[in-house]
Amino acid sequence: MSNYSAFRLFVEGLRNQTGWTRAWRDPEPKPSYDVIIIGGGGHGLASAYYLARVHGITNVAVLERGQIGLGNVGRNTTIVRSNYLFPENHLFYEKSLQLWEGLEQDLNFNVMMSQRGVINLYHSDSQRDAYARRGNAMRLSGIDAELIDRDQVRALAPILDFDNARFPIQGGLLQKRGGTARHDAVAWGLARGADRLGVDIIQNCEVTGIRRDGDRVVGVETTRGYIAAPKVGIAVAGHSSQVAAMAGVRLPIETHLLQAFVSEAVKPVLDCVVTFGAGHFYVSQSDKGGLVFGGGLDGYNSFAQRGTLPEAEHVLAEGVAMIPLFSRLRVLRQWAGVMDMTFDGTPLICKTPVKGLYVNGGWCYGGFKAIPGSGWCFAHTVAKDEPHQFNAAMTIERFRDGAVVDEKGAGPFPWLH
Amino acid sequence: MSQSHRLPAGGRIDRSRTIRFSFDGRGYEGHPGDTLASALLANGVQLVGRSFKYHRPRGIYAAGPDDPNALVELRSGARQEPNTRATTAELYDGLEATSQNRWPSLAFDISSVNSLFGRFLGAGFYYKTFMWPASFWEKVYEPIIRRAAGLGRAATSPDPDTYESMHAHCDVLVVGSGAAGLAAARAAGAAGARVILAEQDFELGGGLLLDQAREAWRRTMVEALAAMPEVRILPRTTVFGFYEHNVLGAVERVADHLPAPAEHDVRQRVWTIRARQTVLATGATERPIAFPDNDRPGIMLASAAMTYARRYGVRPGERIAVFANNDTAYDSAFALHDAGANVGIIVDVRKNSLRAMGAHERNIAVRLGSAIVGVRGGRQVSAVAIRARNGGAERVIDADLLCVSGGWNPAVHLASHTRARLDWDKSIAAFVPGTPVQAERSAGAALGVFGIARAAADGARAGLEAAAATGFTSAPAFELPAADGESDPMVEAFWEVKAKGKSFVDLQNDVTSDDIRLAHREGYTHIEHAKRYTTHSMATDQGKTSGLLGVAVLAEARGESIEKVGVPTYRPYVSPVTWGALAGRDVGHHLQPVRRTPLHHWHVRNHGIFLETGLWLRPLYYSATRETGWEPILKEARAVRQAVGICDVSTLGKIDVQGRDAGTFLDRLYTNTFSTLAVGRARYGLMLREDGMMFDDGTTSRLSETRYLMTTTTAKAAEVLAHMEFHHQTVWPELDVHYCTVTDQWAQMSVAGPKTRLALQGCVEGLDLSNEAFPFMGVGEATIAGCPVRIYRVSFSGEMAYEVATPAGYGERVWEAILEAGKPHGILPYGLEALGLLRIEKGHVAGPELNGQTTARDLGFEKMMKKKGDFIGRVNGERPALMAPDRPRLVGIRAVDPSFEKRLRGGAHIVEKPDSKASLGWCTSITRSVELERWLGLAMIRQGPERIGQRLYATYPLKNEVVEVEVCSPHHVDPENLRVRA
Amino acid sequence: MLRIDCPWCGVRDEAEFKYGGDATVKRPAADGDAESFYRYTYERANPKGWHLEWWHHAAGCRQWLKVVRHTVTHEIRTVAKAGDDVPAPSS
Repeated sequence: MSNYSAFRLFVEGLRNQTGWTRAWRDPEPKPSYDVIIIGGGGHGLASAYYLARVHGITNVAVLERGQIGLGNVGRNTTIVRSNYLFPENHLFYEKSLQLWEGLEQDLNFNVMMSQRGVINLYHSDSQRDAYARRGNAMRLSGIDAELIDRDQVRALAPILDFDNARFPIQGGLLQKRGGTARHDAVAWGLARGADRLGVDIIQNCEVTGIRRDGDRVVGVETTRGYIAAPKVGIAVAGHSSQVAAMAGVRLPIETHLLQAFVSEAVKPVLDCVVTFGAGHFYVSQSDKGGLVFGGGLDGYNSFAQRGTLPEAEHVLAEGVAMIPLFSRLRVLRQWAGVMDMTFDGTPLICKTPVKGLYVNGGWCYGGFKAIPGSGWCFAHTVAKDEPHQFNAAMTIERFRDGAVVDEKGAGPFPWLH
Repeated sequence: MSQSHRLPAGGRIDRSRTIRFSFDGRGYEGHPGDTLASALLANGVQLVGRSFKYHRPRGIYAAGPDDPNALVELRSGARQEPNTRATTAELYDGLEATSQNRWPSLAFDISSVNSLFGRFLGAGFYYKTFMWPASFWEKVYEPIIRRAAGLGRAATSPDPDTYESMHAHCDVLVVGSGAAGLAAARAAGAAGARVILAEQDFELGGGLLLDQAREAWRRTMVEALAAMPEVRILPRTTVFGFYEHNVLGAVERVADHLPAPAEHDVRQRVWTIRARQTVLATGATERPIAFPDNDRPGIMLASAAMTYARRYGVRPGERIAVFANNDTAYDSAFALHDAGANVGIIVDVRKNSLRAMGAHERNIAVRLGSAIVGVRGGRQVSAVAIRARNGGAERVIDADLLCVSGGWNPAVHLASHTRARLDWDKSIAAFVPGTPVQAERSAGAALGVFGIARAAADGARAGLEAAAATGFTSAPAFELPAADGESDPMVEAFWEVKAKGKSFVDLQNDVTSDDIRLAHREGYTHIEHAKRYTTHSMATDQGKTSGLLGVAVLAEARGESIEKVGVPTYRPYVSPVTWGALAGRDVGHHLQPVRRTPLHHWHVRNHGIFLETGLWLRPLYYSATRETGWEPILKEARAVRQAVGICDVSTLGKIDVQGRDAGTFLDRLYTNTFSTLAVGRARYGLMLREDGMMFDDGTTSRLSETRYLMTTTTAKAAEVLAHMEFHHQTVWPELDVHYCTVTDQWAQMSVAGPKTRLALQGCVEGLDLSNEAFPFMGVGEATIAGCPVRIYRVSFSGEMAYEVATPAGYGERVWEAILEAGKPHGILPYGLEALGLLRIEKGHVAGPELNGQTTARDLGFEKMMKKKGDFIGRVNGERPALMAPDRPRLVGIRAVDPSFEKRLRGGAHIVEKPDSKASLGWCTSITRSVELERWLGLAMIRQGPERIGQRLYATYPLKNEVVEVEVCSPHHVDPENLRVRA
Repeated sequence: MLRIDCPWCGVRDEAEFKYGGDATVKRPAADGDAESFYRYTYERANPKGWHLEWWHHAAGCRQWLKVVRHTVTHEIRTVAKAGDDVPAPSS
């Protein structure tokens, strides 16, 4: 397996691309590993990558039921940012953003991390103050944030409707270092990176049971046989409840459906990521030209991975309300991902009541941006058997203790976060 | 010469009228009934666009919504539509179209040099480079990529057209109006079912439109359907998605065939159709074969060429060659020949064909067991190269049109949306819908049943079954077309000619078969991985023509069957849908409804400056000169502190609660007790969520033994009612209590200030307002200006105050009577800003403090939590972290500097030292104070109450501001509550 | 679009309803301990399959309904009144 480089591309061009080999191997599962990560999505692959990269634990298997990267990492709106209110969240997401910033060089894979800026629009004084509280909290923690007025928003995104809207735009909270990344490439790059460090990525290997010896995990049953491991990490957001239940662990999670959409490709009209403050709508334009956008949850438990019509109409209406010239574009595709929704909107990266069993899930709909940070923290938690300070608050016990991290203040209603 | 390629006769166009249109600024002519594509072909224009990556020239490839190439910018100005398919755009007078993705011109496109570097730009090349130095991605590489990407340009100003949503119910929805669809609709309609027949084309008939011999039958069917009152026919309507519970979405293009929509009419309309049964008669799509340079203008699907000849009377080429792996291409060849075109040769990969005889009869050479191995010509095919499949010499034959047919794919998209499995049908080498899982069935070519007569019979079958499934079992028979020797297409599964050069499997996204093989080599072997890595099937046509071709190439690379490899999941939309159409009418000012108070028009007449607060429009303050800044607000607030003011508080939620157990119910909803409240008295109450966080607050009054009137905050009114209903209906159904929102039934106004009593005494009749007779928290009834009013002696401002409520219709009369009576005392109306200023000075909590993250204790309400008895949130509210002493708690803060120079702002954080980074809390609500003449406000600060008297700093790094503050009680005004009791 | 057959009003569109979550949990009695209230508030079965859940006919009869719905297909098997005894489905 060779490095990717412009020179290599040139050489391969001359010999009709015949020298390229598999980006990651297709190994048979071994009878045992030091660590098994269940789930070959962004979080599982990142966890395995950082176990090997940071902690030198390379005897690791990632077990994927189907093919890697086809769950939520391949179904999201690709936004990367760290603009959270609470330190429990923003320090974590900032770690993640910093990892994003060097990810391409680290992985030798261009994941097209593009720091085009993320603007959250505000439409009232009280919304401005709530964003200011968040932006100030970020600045105190050393994270970039700017509160910009209407004219500054206009300079960044002139196509927004400033004057004729039901909820006129007053300004926005800008994080310049936020942006987007090419979602599929993240999964592939991490898979290739982990594989190069010796991790076995095993596709078409569904975990059907988690074997315990008393209060300890000892391995997993799979469709390809039993595989032993003293440590097992679950990173299957969307299905965390189902997999954790195999070990008798109940998680404070509901699974909900979040839709995403893409328009036909057009020449650049929008440089940054913009989120609407008077509803649920966020949009960016991909390098290919398509407008990639999404809205809120459908609002009821679902594992459907299938778009619905009423929510699509809401999302598209908010899109036109925010940017009227979208009206004449055409929407190409709608699809859906299934989200682990926790009861406070903050994820879980933690130990479980079963020794050696760890959970990484509850990503609500912020999982994509968290991928490197989540992998980094989960690797730490698994390797050291204790959380890093960045994920110390992301426990199951916080609900029992009352130490919830509820950015929206929406309360114990997963579908409202 | 105008319309040089128009056949002298034939076609479904109206030759009696000529339509003028332009393409890339050049004028052309066509006829009604033309599409832009057919009219361009009639004028000999083949080159219509440039491809995405290599900017290779692209011509018209298909004749319907499956065309991957012929994308143009249609119209101009605010109505400019990028990526519009010339093959579906109906011609209208003055149509303007422009080619896309080329510079400086379509014929000479500088970026076509990309093609020269093509060998270096294999699938996914960008994942392997552009990484050094890191900062160059945003600054150098990506801007170049972005400029190059995209096809057409969006309009630069808002869409002038409108759209709407329609809802419909039917027994049977039939999608597609070919022979199968017409027969299905007629069978179901004749049985008595309510039928909707949706057809994406502007004419009904599908394949029948190419069949002159069956035109009479088509016409009979259309007329019969039009005569059925329970059948609704929707032409120009694409059913774009099949959703759960048998709901389908469709878009009707009402006015796209016109220069602009008629006055007051919409451009497009989205239908939400609830169908008890659906018949999918969506037909089949012809697919190409991959061979080197198979993307050249002048290469076209065989059925498309036939469509241009038969339906549009166009000769799409002068010297025509055909390349096929099945019999249907012969029909196309014969149709072209019979229409007067010169069809020279049919190159058939199969060893034999029963149709070869027909070709000989027409003097068309047939080369069996052969394949096209390349084409000549740059911007237009000039010749094709042929070679026998078992080897031998290459033969080059002049041709300006190459018709290709690689077989047919049933249009299974809608069936696939339902999650029905797709089954591989070997006989046609294509996927067909498997067992239905929703209330649908496919018919005709969509099910792999080819031939008009066979499809019609199958459609009739499906229509009868669908009707029967909805309870309509008896249907009179009608005539079906006679079968005349129809047979299967006799497809030989043949996908790619292996020869040197670029063989495209996705024409719009420039994906070659080598790209698919490269993806496979690099481990992207799953169809979803290969698709995403190469962008195959991800263009605007979503792989309709060539999706299966890519799958076949991948299957071969994997050494597995196509069935095993499968196709990527089909998702809505079947064809791209106009964004505005799905948005419908809920855009601009109609995004959300507007709620106005009963006093709204008074505020408008009296210079209210309005603000959207949620759905409500409320006056922020009043100013005839529309001045901005603090002055008008301070003036209103001073009136309240010094004299009297009146404020519209009608938006407060009001819930009338009645019944024997009303008090018990309220005791469980609120943290404090209401069952002990005396009749004629009001009490402030706190509501928690079950997790122990503050939910809502407000005063509730007892009107009789069994009746209370609850008020909620404006923001939470609807949620509180649902919360009450949930707990009553599901947790405590035994409680004898009834309740109902009366928010909109009452106009309510707060009259506040030291001179309030004097003012009200001038207009209130029937109630003694003296402090002794009507103390603080009293409730009574009276009249003002002859109107019945209910008066509550409650205060939000901290001044002596009375809230006056009257039935909504009397609102203005009562309001004006109070203003009149208050005039001698200096009354002023005050808006939301002054209301906020006053409540912050007084230390009352509102939205910023009740943000879902605070407990009652956090806000200093621990004494209002009853010790005995159940209430919502009681137990979870005592979880250890919520009782922790260092939680941020509510206090007041005041700027130490009494000048207004250094302002405090909401959202600032509280820190120990000016440059501290450790946040102790944050400012929730800030105002300029009229009472203390400085900036002050409320804040949530760790160990706040213990810090009273401390000097801290409010820091606002977003503006680099730091202001020294003193921590104090939240009650900046009258902490002893003397004024409200005065 | 879900279509819910309200026992009071008949078949109505999803747009008229608001979701209320798991209907198998029961609020503990007034003397319930912290653990019972924690479970009531935060523990959900979250099945991939049949789910008994609350829906509020907010833009209709204002009644809370018990609905048995499949979380993968969204198929609805039962719609019952709040007081009806609907056994928790095994998914």
